[in-house]
Amino acid sequence: MSNLLRNIIRFVFFILLQVFVLDKVPPLHQFVVPYLYFLFILWLPFKIQRGLLTLMGFVFGLVLDFFTKTPGLHAAACVLIAYARPFVIGILMPKEAAEIGYSEPSITSMGFMPYAVYVLILTLLHHIYLVFLEWLHFGNFWYFAGKVLATTAISLLLILITEMLFVRKSKYRTNVA
Amino acid sequence: MRNVFLFIARFSNLLFFLLLQVVALSMLFQYNKFHQAAYMNLANEATGRVYIRYNKIETYFSLQKENEKLRQQNAELLNALKDDYAVPDSSIQVVTDSFRVDSLEQYRKFLYLPVKVIGNSIDAQNNYITLHRGSNQGVGVNMAVVGPEGIIGKVVNVSPNMAVAMSLLHRKNSVVALLKKGGGFGEVVWDGKDPRHVTLNNIPRTVKVQKGDTVVTSSYSDIFPPGKIVGYVAQVQEDKSTSTYSLKLKTATDFYSVQHAFVVKNLQKAEMDSLMKKIRKD
Repeated sequence: MSNLLRNIIRFVFFILLQVFVLDKVPPLHQFVVPYLYFLFILWLPFKIQRGLLTLMGFVFGLVLDFFTKTPGLHAAACVLIAYARPFVIGILMPKEAAEIGYSEPSITSMGFMPYAVYVLILTLLHHIYLVFLEWLHFGNFWYFAGKVLATTAISLLLILITEMLFVRKSKYRTNVA
Repeated sequence: MRNVFLFIARFSNLLFFLLLQVVALSMLFQYNKFHQAAYMNLANEATGRVYIRYNKIETYFSLQKENEKLRQQNAELLNALKDDYAVPDSSIQVVTDSFRVDSLEQYRKFLYLPVKVIGNSIDAQNNYITLHRGSNQGVGVNMAVVGPEGIIGKVVNVSPNMAVAMSLLHRKNSVVALLKKGGGFGEVVWDGKDPRHVTLNNIPRTVKVQKGDTVVTSSYSDIFPPGKIVGYVAQVQEDKSTSTYSLKLKTATDFYSVQHAFVVKNLQKAEMDSLMKKIRKD
């Protein structure tokens, strides 16, 4: 399957999953909102132009926004993590970051710890910004802090489950061919 | 000049990022105008199609519950029928009412249009409900949405075949309501936290309030029909700064499982509006 086709399928899958499964789950607590959709951005290939990556984040977030009727909320958070992604990858994989053999971030391509840190940083960043934008409308500081922490914990759990359920075979791209 | 181009070329990614952020944030902070934006009609039609597909499957899971609700509502309506009342004959003579049944129609104020709920959110700070009935089928902006159990919200945007309603769980939503017993007027708002509860503010302390009291819509509203249930008092809090109560209400409508509703059209609104306009002009 080509990279483009695989990512188009993921785009649709993650939007539908977020809108029709995760958003339908009755909330356990006001702090807990299960978010998984942004994993699409974390899974995009390494070799993607930075401008295009940022634009993808915007379009992806906006499509979700049309379903949830919150214009620009998820789009803003997605643009932020899409823009921050190359920096995080650059810090975690300093050596020959440009000529990485694997096509996209995963446990096999980055190693467990760097990948875990990569996911943690971007998840936190996404939730802090998202909850902050909601917090501007109303709420106090403890509401903000509690919601960021609880939502991040749930998201990490969901990402862990997803990684275990869908093992991605990352092909090693050799220099030959 | 050359330096400017160099600067733009060097920071093109950052500038692009900032541009997209500004676009997203301006959309977010102008969300009132957003409802009226032309592209939203298109987006609503598109997301509405997907919601319809999903809804076709989802309705099967709550058929029984829904059936029970409708039966209850039917029972209530049947009980309200005039034929159900037989007044003991105390007058001298029984007069048969000779009006045509239809003659009341010209005095009708509220018209109920049944509508299917195809999309619903509860866990955002501002929640919306998507309805499968649009301007072609008589729905317009600022009409009330009422469910079998109580009020749900009001329509904020319509496209030819869909409509989007602001749910009661929206921080811009404010409904004037009163206590059925005691009759204190107040405003119903949502604090954005718990989708099971809303708050009724500004109830004067002179009104006697008890847990479990019913709160209904008032006749002052030209959107909601009077006497529709908003919720039931769950907790009485005294507002210390003003001498009023603020009541926590359990919503009558279970927002987790809204499937069928009615859009309520106020047929006398146009006349009322033109009258108000005249007053303002003078």
